[in-house]
Amino acid sequence: MQGPLIDSLARQGINRRTFLKYCTTLASMMALPPAAGRAMAEALAAAQAGAKRPSVIWLPFQECTGCTESITRSHSPSIEGMIFDMVSLDYHETLMAAAGHQAEAALHGAMKANAGKYLLIVDGSVPLGLDGAYSCIAGQSNLAALKEAAQGAAAIIALGSCAAYGGLPHAKPNPTGAVAVSDIVKDKPIVNIPGCPPIPVVITGVLAHFLTFGSLPELDKLGRPKAFYGETIHDRCYRRPFYDQGKFAKTFDDEGARNGWCLFELGCKGPVTYNACATVKWNDSTSWPVESGHGCLGCSEPDFWDAGDFYKALSMPASPLKTAAAATLAGAAAGVAVSFANRGKKGAAKAGHETATLSDLEK
Amino acid sequence: MSELQLLTWARGTGMDIAVAIFVLGVLWRLIEIYSLGRKKDLSAPRHAAGASGWHTIMRRSLPPPGMVQRSPVSYIGGYAFHIGLALVVFGFAPHIKLIEGLLCVSWPALPSQFVDFVAVVTMAAMVVVLADRINKPAKRYLSTLGDWFAWAVTFLPVLTGWMAVQHLLLPYTTMLALHILSVELLLVVLPFTKLFHAFTVFGSRWFNGQVNGHKGVPV
Repeated sequence: MQGPLIDSLARQGINRRTFLKYCTTLASMMALPPAAGRAMAEALAAAQAGAKRPSVIWLPFQECTGCTESITRSHSPSIEGMIFDMVSLDYHETLMAAAGHQAEAALHGAMKANAGKYLLIVDGSVPLGLDGAYSCIAGQSNLAALKEAAQGAAAIIALGSCAAYGGLPHAKPNPTGAVAVSDIVKDKPIVNIPGCPPIPVVITGVLAHFLTFGSLPELDKLGRPKAFYGETIHDRCYRRPFYDQGKFAKTFDDEGARNGWCLFELGCKGPVTYNACATVKWNDSTSWPVESGHGCLGCSEPDFWDAGDFYKALSMPASPLKTAAAATLAGAAAGVAVSFANRGKKGAAKAGHETATLSDLEK
Repeated sequence: MSELQLLTWARGTGMDIAVAIFVLGVLWRLIEIYSLGRKKDLSAPRHAAGASGWHTIMRRSLPPPGMVQRSPVSYIGGYAFHIGLALVVFGFAPHIKLIEGLLCVSWPALPSQFVDFVAVVTMAAMVVVLADRINKPAKRYLSTLGDWFAWAVTFLPVLTGWMAVQHLLLPYTTMLALHILSVELLLVVLPFTKLFHAFTVFGSRWFNGQVNGHKGVPV
């Protein structure tokens, strides 16, 4: 395999063999057959060599740029970043050189030229409060921008937990009225890639699947690619054997923590979190939150921010019991009141008791 | 409502309501029962070996001679599921964590796989005693709707908890939420059904033993 892609990768220190290995890994991670790796490599190379690379429009709404940071700073030189060589990233505020009217012209030009064919990536939630005034770009609310861009999109990738489920802005009391992309757009295929931020290889995996097969990968009922979100963190966690043995870290600096025991009691949400951190890891597979000693926060699940204290075990009450003290008093009061009623009944029965005489018995 | 939201509700508002009803009901009934009182027995106590409240607590916790052979399902099944329930409820690490969260007391946990095994034995024993109750005409005749209900609300938490750990039928998050909700149902009905024997069993045994012990009768 030769071509401009291989040449450009070689300039970044990535040889053909590494590229093929990467594509094969990507395919196997997505549970695709071995031949799909080569097909993926060829499709990606062809996409770059082609006269017209697939157009991608990336819209940022209520977000922190963490999703962009995740993919662009995964590691250096970035093999994940090569995906940008294979697509025509026509609009991305953080990465593009253009600004102001030129940027807007690029956006609308790409939407017009690739109508019905472009891939729309959205990171950030969409605020509905105050008619969307909480977040505007070029005088246009995020809501209006999303509706306009979604109209001509072939598919939409809701990148990060904010775009996928509303994320942090959606946390109670949700002052901006933030919602997910799927709450607005109902007539386009949407793939959710949640995570705060999402794992780079998941992003590139979905993009590579789209470029290779022209379709989105198989999704679960929350719209996430099953290949990456099919299992819980807990089930694939290397600390799982300690959970099974009943060995738990009680604090972040006790012997259990130093021995790498299970973090369940420190509030790890791994058992209810579907993501690929435990297998793919972060920063070129260097480590991941649990490996670094902190429990999973459950960032790829809807409303993880409102799912109880981060540092309380899953089996503990999500919020302090508010009525237990009142119930104790009420129960004691009810018991005492019923006791008095019973004593009253006994007293009345005693008072009403008539002594039987012999003549009564003879009646 | 998503699965995680259901779980959060079960761990939050649901647990709050269930614990409140449980505490209210338990205090109410305990105070009511123990405040009823009995007339003082003015007769001179007759002392007999083994006749006291404490003896009766012990004696009635063990099968009378020959009864295990005569009614093995009731005794072996009964022991298996009661001891199994205690081990599962008080030996599983997440349960201890819950108790610690509510009462600030904790103790070492049993290995999860052992608790898993005990849960299976407990469920098997419960199914066997249920089948026995259905099969034996006398037991069936004595059973009321309350008995079937009490069996179901006791069995459900064990079943859903085990299924959650084993990842059976439903995603773990949903099954965990159902497990917690089933426990909450148990907490709500426990003070007002026959399940209240969890609180009164030893008290009533002591009382019977003491009354009969006064008369010199070891029961």
